[in-house]
Amino acid sequence: MNIIVCIKQVPDSTQVKVDPKTGTLIRAGVPSILNPYDHFALERALEIKAKTGAKITLLSMGPNQATAVLRLGLALGADEGVLLSDRAFAGSDTWATSYALATAVRKIGAYDLILCGQMAIDGDTAQTGPGIAYHLDIPQITFCESIDASGNQVVVKKLIDGGHQILEADLPLLVTMTMPHDYVAKYPSFMAAHKAQDKVIHVWTAADIGADPKKLGLNGSPTRVDRIFPPPARAKGEMFSGSAVELADKFVEILKKESVLK
Amino acid sequence: MIQISEKCVGCGKCTTVCPFGALSLVNRKAVASAACTMCGACVKQCPVGALSLPQSGAAKKDLSAYKGVWVFIEISNDGRTQKVRPVGFELLSKGRELATQLGEELCAVVIGYGTQPFFAELSQYGTDKIYSVDGPAYAQYNTIAYAHAMVTLIEKYKPSVVLYPSTYVGRDLSPRISSQLFVGLTADCTGLSVKEGNLIQTRPAFGGNIMADIKCPDYRPQMSTVRPNVFKKVVTTPGRMAAVVTESIAVPPQAAKVRIVNTHMDPPASGMKLDEAEVVIAGGRGMKNKAGFDLLETLAQELGGTVGASRAAIDLGLKPKEQQVGQSGVTVSAKLYVACGISGAVQHVVGMEHSDVIIGINKDANAPIFNVCKYGLVGDASQILPRIVEQIKANKK
Repeated sequence: MNIIVCIKQVPDSTQVKVDPKTGTLIRAGVPSILNPYDHFALERALEIKAKTGAKITLLSMGPNQATAVLRLGLALGADEGVLLSDRAFAGSDTWATSYALATAVRKIGAYDLILCGQMAIDGDTAQTGPGIAYHLDIPQITFCESIDASGNQVVVKKLIDGGHQILEADLPLLVTMTMPHDYVAKYPSFMAAHKAQDKVIHVWTAADIGADPKKLGLNGSPTRVDRIFPPPARAKGEMFSGSAVELADKFVEILKKESVLK
Repeated sequence: MIQISEKCVGCGKCTTVCPFGALSLVNRKAVASAACTMCGACVKQCPVGALSLPQSGAAKKDLSAYKGVWVFIEISNDGRTQKVRPVGFELLSKGRELATQLGEELCAVVIGYGTQPFFAELSQYGTDKIYSVDGPAYAQYNTIAYAHAMVTLIEKYKPSVVLYPSTYVGRDLSPRISSQLFVGLTADCTGLSVKEGNLIQTRPAFGGNIMADIKCPDYRPQMSTVRPNVFKKVVTTPGRMAAVVTESIAVPPQAAKVRIVNTHMDPPASGMKLDEAEVVIAGGRGMKNKAGFDLLETLAQELGGTVGASRAAIDLGLKPKEQQVGQSGVTVSAKLYVACGISGAVQHVVGMEHSDVIIGINKDANAPIFNVCKYGLVGDASQILPRIVEQIKANKK
């Protein structure tokens, strides 16, 4: 079985701080990580590999620094990496991104299963996975908590509003994964990382994958930013300070005033 | 990257708005670094019009044929009964405003099996027309089947706007459709309006504390997803019945490649649902650990409410994702919302700002959360909460 796992390098949102004066996020010095949903998806692919001996190819799009997450994935046990890196991809929204990734998947060639995180934590759209599936003309199952693949079939547990479903599907298929809240990402040992140094990362340009320039970057991105603006300013409410006891009593007083407590 | 013309006067305004820190002044001229993603956020900030995106090479299409505001109506089905997911009514209500501004029809699209009983209620939100695709093949949601039906309808009737609920179904379906149609799709919008004939889609963006207006001027239809509870439902045409257009659309064979084995619904009594709770006690990174969240649970129990969490707390694993309040979580509109140890990033604020009474507790007097609070307590919630619980218990006696 051939598995392709799509991964993205993102800023670590748990390290981002808010500027108290402007209310904007301070990005400077924030470390980059492998998008946690993708990390979870990769670990599921590795489980399938352990069971079936699948080959795992990692696919990412981004600047050269994104090689770091490919190296991490290879150290965790993936077999090969592909980085799409080209100024021609700049300005891509989710449409152009999924087109580029799908075109790269075609160039990789043999695949049975494509795994993605449900979304990237720096964009939150959850659109790229389904977009890739459309461009490859294969079915998709999104928001899956677990996956089991054997032979030509996949069984997943998919979240739905108010519950979950067990679904089965034929390969080829694209699945997006969502992790449980108590998920703790695994990291490779120093030895594993060292051993993975010899694994290959291909860096491909738009021309390498034979992408249509009309569907890349800004050309392939229907959405445009009209303007950005700070959230509307509001009047501050009543502010109180004091000892913990004083503030607790104030809180109870407010609840009474607002008729939450009698 | 972004194009900077000779007109640049080196005022530096663009350098402060770039969400990626890609612009800087070199020799009193703006310069873009490789970090530029060509998002275009800076273009309108330049007072002399020196910034521009490269011209899109996409061929301009004639968009005048695209008319009508559509809402994809999700029918929920727990295996026994089916009903319209209420977010559909909220989207029709907002859709009515947009349709009136555009001078176009408001249409509901209902795909399912045995959905006709819902048409009367769906008509009351100013709905002019209902497009119905009904049959046993549509009894359960299936990505390929539903996407094919939507694409067929959109290509035939050419709406200018299509709104989807940002639910598991809407988020699965809408990107499949936008990919096929080569149109834009903006996720989790917190505001929708019309400007110069274009749909302006407002959402917090760039993973940061900034709002962006997104538009798709050269593509139709313009498509958005919206979380439940973002817009209010407003009945505007009680007793009216919309015109019904029935379409028979065959399901592509590829749909059978994904099959439902079984469906499990969570037991309804597993605590109050966050989006329906009247009292929400929410915690952020400032609550630090599980012990901190236990304090919130205790207060929530005393007040008959439920516990929510900010994204930072979710990322730290302090609460399951279902309890996340915010743009990428649940939007609440509670009678009482208490934000403990939450800094107040816009991603969180858009999910709770419509609550009636908001009380913030934070050590940092400058925390942005206080800008949306009716009452702000400057202090450590972990210290204050135990005493509050004591006092409430005493009060009950």
